[in-house]
Amino acid sequence: MNSTLKIILRFIVLVFLQVTIFNYVNFLGYINPYIYVLFLVLFPLRNNKSVFIISAFLLGLSVDMFSDTGGIHAGASVFVAYIRPIISKFSFGTLNEMYSVKFNSVEFSKRLTYITLIVANHHLMVYFLEFFNFSHILTILKYTFLSGIFSITLIFLITFLFSSKNK
Amino acid sequence: MQQIVNFFIRKKTFFLFLLLFAISLVFTIQYHSYHRSRFVNSANFLSGGIFSTTNSINSYFGLKEQNLKLQQENSRLKSLVYNQTQTHDSAIIDTTSYNGIYKVTPAIIYKNDYSKNNNVLLINKGKNDSISQDYAVVSDLGIVGITDNSSSKFSTVLSVLNTNVLISAKLKKSNHFGTISWDAKSPSLVNLTEIPKVAPVKLGDTIVTSGRSAIFPKNISIGEVVDFNIDKAGNFYKLKVKLFNDMTSLNHVYVIENKDKAAIMELLNGNNE
Repeated sequence: MNSTLKIILRFIVLVFLQVTIFNYVNFLGYINPYIYVLFLVLFPLRNNKSVFIISAFLLGLSVDMFSDTGGIHAGASVFVAYIRPIISKFSFGTLNEMYSVKFNSVEFSKRLTYITLIVANHHLMVYFLEFFNFSHILTILKYTFLSGIFSITLIFLITFLFSSKNK
Repeated sequence: MQQIVNFFIRKKTFFLFLLLFAISLVFTIQYHSYHRSRFVNSANFLSGGIFSTTNSINSYFGLKEQNLKLQQENSRLKSLVYNQTQTHDSAIIDTTSYNGIYKVTPAIIYKNDYSKNNNVLLINKGKNDSISQDYAVVSDLGIVGITDNSSSKFSTVLSVLNTNVLISAKLKKSNHFGTISWDAKSPSLVNLTEIPKVAPVKLGDTIVTSGRSAIFPKNISIGEVVDFNIDKAGNFYKLKVKLFNDMTSLNHVYVIENKDKAAIMELLNGNNE
C-alpha cells in the first residue's frame, strides 16, 4: 500500500515538474528534457504489466494535456511501457528481469544502458510523432540525440539525489 | 471458442498496448490537423488553474519589460489620436461600447510555446468573455494566432508558429496577396508564398494581414521581408518574413472578434452550393 502511494506521488510530482519547469527550459531555443520518463524507469514491474501500460498512458496523456500536444507523449510512454521488459532483459540479463526496489544497487554501466535505452526509445517516438513525417528523419534524430542527453543527465542526477537514504 | 478466448487472455498486454497506442495515434492525428476540436487540451480548469498560478509568479520577472512595451504602445496610439485631422462627431468612450464590427478583448498569455512544430498558447479569457473558435489574437506589434478550444475561463490559441495555421497576408505597398505559413525552423521567421512574380518586392517591405479571411481585420502588421526568391515553377515569390512580434516573450494580447463573421460565412457557404 505504501509503495502504491509512493508511485502515485511520484506520478504527480514528475508531471508537475515537467509541465511547469522542464517544458520551458528551451536550451538553444528548442531542447527540452523530458524528466517524467523517470516514472517509466522506476515503476516496479512484477506481474502487473497491464497496470503499468495503463499508468504510462495516463502519464503521457497528462503531459499532453498541459502541453497541448495531442497524443504524442501518451503514445511514446505506452510504447516504452510495452517494450520495457525487453530493455531490462537486455541491460540486466535474464536473472534481474524482475528487479524491484534495489535499482540503485545495480552496477553503474547496467543502469546507464537501461536508462539510455528507455530514454532513446521514448524520445525517438516523441519526435517521430511530433514531426509525423519520415522525410524529417535527420531532424528527428538530431532532436532525439540532443534532448536525450539532457534527459539522461537529469534523470541520473535525480536518481542519485534520492538514492542515498535507501542505503 | 475456448481457444480464441485463451488467446486473448494470453495476449492481453499486447491488445491493451495496441488499444492505448491507437488512441494516442488518433489524438496525434488530431494534433496534426487544423481545428478538430481536440479532446485533450490545456483549456480546462486543472491545467488552466496551474498555469495561472505559475504565470502569477513568473509575471513578476518581466514586469518592467512588459510595462515598457505597454507604454510604447500607448505612446504610439496617443500620437495617432493627436495627429488625426478629421474629427469624430461623438467621442468613443471605450472599445466595448464602440459600435464597430470588431470587438476587442484584452487577454494575458498564460502559457507560451515556440519550440515545437505546432505551438499552442493558453490565454486567460474563455466562453465567459464570449470568446470562441476562430477569433484573431494580436499583440501591439503584430499577429499572434487564432483561438481554438475554449472552456469557461481559458482558451487555447493556435500560434502563428504552428505548421497547420495559414494566414492570408499582403504586401502593404502594393496589395498583392499571399499566404503566411511556418516551416518550424525559427521562431522569428515565417514564409509568405503565392505572391505573384509581377509584384515589386524589395527587402524590408512591410507585410500586413489582407482582411480576406474574416478572422483577422485588414492591415494588422506581421513583419518585414528579409529574403526572397522565385519558386521552382517560376511564377510566384517565396518570401522570408521576419515577425515584428517577439513570439518568445509575449504577455499582453488582444482577442478580436469579427461580429460580421457569421453573416460572411453564411454568404460564402451559400455561394458554394
